[in-house]
Amino acid sequence: MSGSSAGAMGGIGLATAGEVRPVRPVAAQPVIAVRRLGKSYGTARAPVVALEDIDFAVAEGEFVAILGPSGCGKSTLLKILAGLLPATSGEASLRGTPIAGPRRDIGVVFQSPVLFPWRSVLHNVLLPADVQRLDRAEHERIALALLSLVGLGGFEHRYPWELSGGMQQRVAIVRALVHDPALLLMDEPFGALAAMTREQMNLELQRIWLERRKTVVFITHSIPEAVFLADRVLVMTPRPGRIAETVAVGLPRPRSLDAMNTPEFGELVRRIRAHFSAQGGVDL
Amino acid sequence: MSFGNPVLRILLLLAFLAAWEAAVRLFAVPVFILPAPSGIAVALYRGVVSMVYVDNLWITLLETALGFALGIALAFALGTLVALSRRTEYYLYPFIVMFQSLPKVALAPLIVVWFGLGLTSKVVNAALIAFFPLMVNTIVGLRSADEDRVNLMRSLDASERQIFWMLRLPGALPFIMAGLEVAMIFALIGAIVAEFVGATAGLGMLIQTLNFSADVAGVFSILLILSVLGLLLNQIILLMRRRVLFWDPSVKTSATEDVGKGARL
Ligand SMILES: Nc1ncnc2c1ncn2[C@@H]1O[C@H](COP(=O)(O)OP(=O)(O)OP(=O)(O)O)[C@@H](O)[C@H]1O
Ligand SMILES: [Mg+2]
Repeated sequence: MSGSSAGAMGGIGLATAGEVRPVRPVAAQPVIAVRRLGKSYGTARAPVVALEDIDFAVAEGEFVAILGPSGCGKSTLLKILAGLLPATSGEASLRGTPIAGPRRDIGVVFQSPVLFPWRSVLHNVLLPADVQRLDRAEHERIALALLSLVGLGGFEHRYPWELSGGMQQRVAIVRALVHDPALLLMDEPFGALAAMTREQMNLELQRIWLERRKTVVFITHSIPEAVFLADRVLVMTPRPGRIAETVAVGLPRPRSLDAMNTPEFGELVRRIRAHFSAQGGVDL
Repeated sequence: MSFGNPVLRILLLLAFLAAWEAAVRLFAVPVFILPAPSGIAVALYRGVVSMVYVDNLWITLLETALGFALGIALAFALGTLVALSRRTEYYLYPFIVMFQSLPKVALAPLIVVWFGLGLTSKVVNAALIAFFPLMVNTIVGLRSADEDRVNLMRSLDASERQIFWMLRLPGALPFIMAGLEVAMIFALIGAIVAEFVGATAGLGMLIQTLNFSADVAGVFSILLILSVLGLLLNQIILLMRRRVLFWDPSVKTSATEDVGKGARL
């Protein structure tokens, strides 16, 4: 990102790519705290238990990946964190306040881009600003800077149907960032992309994260993707979803695609995969 | 358009007219049964020159336009109400079902009795017939909002009002435009039918009059006018649709060949 666009963003992008992560005060309040969280669908008589006894916390600026087989309740968990679904038991809180409904300081990226075909790329990105009645001119500047950050400079007046799947998903990520939320929730954002595009998107997401320092909760069912991106990987069991293990990923950043060929990377992948082989539910 | 030759298309049409003309002359078909195309052309010319057609066309057009406007305004309002409120739907449902299964043209005689031989009864009848297709499409369209999109709006802390204006309404436009297309033609049908039942002016009344005096060529010439009128009204909606729905797959792919749509009524 150029110096001028960083300036135009009103101090949102403070860190630059490649910088070593700043030391944070220890024991700061976690951004997300989830305690004994449970969720069942259906009726009280015939409940479908999606989540059971989920416990975890996410620290400020941390990139946490949640990994699990299909149907284990990952999307359910994300919807609860986004305030779109109430939990059945336990609680989830954001900076100490229980999550009771949607909040304006969260950005969500769904599995599909969920763009509005009647809005141009720029106006799709500005949707959060429109909904939350934020300053239009300022956010237009931010949107344009973010679009060029993800390689979509010059595409702002195109329409979603004129873009490839990967480009659309990048628009969705920019839309989630435009109102500068402190927390980014991503539900298998690259699940529908081809392998090569997906790796490029992972690199791009890492770059954005290194620049933006958001707290990220990233859901995926790709083990290498989780290890590549995350500081910590929460491994979930099949339904009802519980957290089986938390794996810390200590690989240095920025990680290149070559990092995936290192023994350390392979060891982490093997360790996580063991969970799924043991349960017979291998997903990747 | 690689599947047809436009010259051949016109030649086929001309050949059809020529065959019609030849058959009528060859078999000496009486004019009060089936006139030749040339006879229809003469009738058309006379009617247009004497201003009779133009005056009556104007009346029918006015009835259709007013009926259309009234019908779609009510249809949109009620459709929105039903789509957004399950309670409204619950209470109105019996009326809607009863009314929907009724062939609306059957009400025309009653409406003429209630609203008289003048403009009002035609407008009411046109509105009544135009009303349903748009109301149904408005309901379906407003309810068709994709769940992911609703979730996205909710995650941004959008109000229900914002979800309506930014998501449901634009998302419903393909349905609404399709409803308008049908409603336009239905309004014309409603006006003509009411004129058949009882009127002092209009193309429908003119058809009745010419039919009684066995002027079949005259009737045909008016049918020709009506079909051109229907085509033009349809084109107005299609033009609007192309502007409003530039983003919809139906518009992006089918730039031409929308004319046949009226056939689905
Ligand atoms: N609205 C719902 N009503 C009833 N059951 C539901 C509903 N949504 C999800 N479930 C059930 O809850 C479980 C978890 O669903 P969820 O969508 O959270 O899984 P997931 O981990 O995101 O799966 P995937 O990887 O395939 O996206 C599934 O067994 C599903 O059948
Ligand atoms: Mg899911």
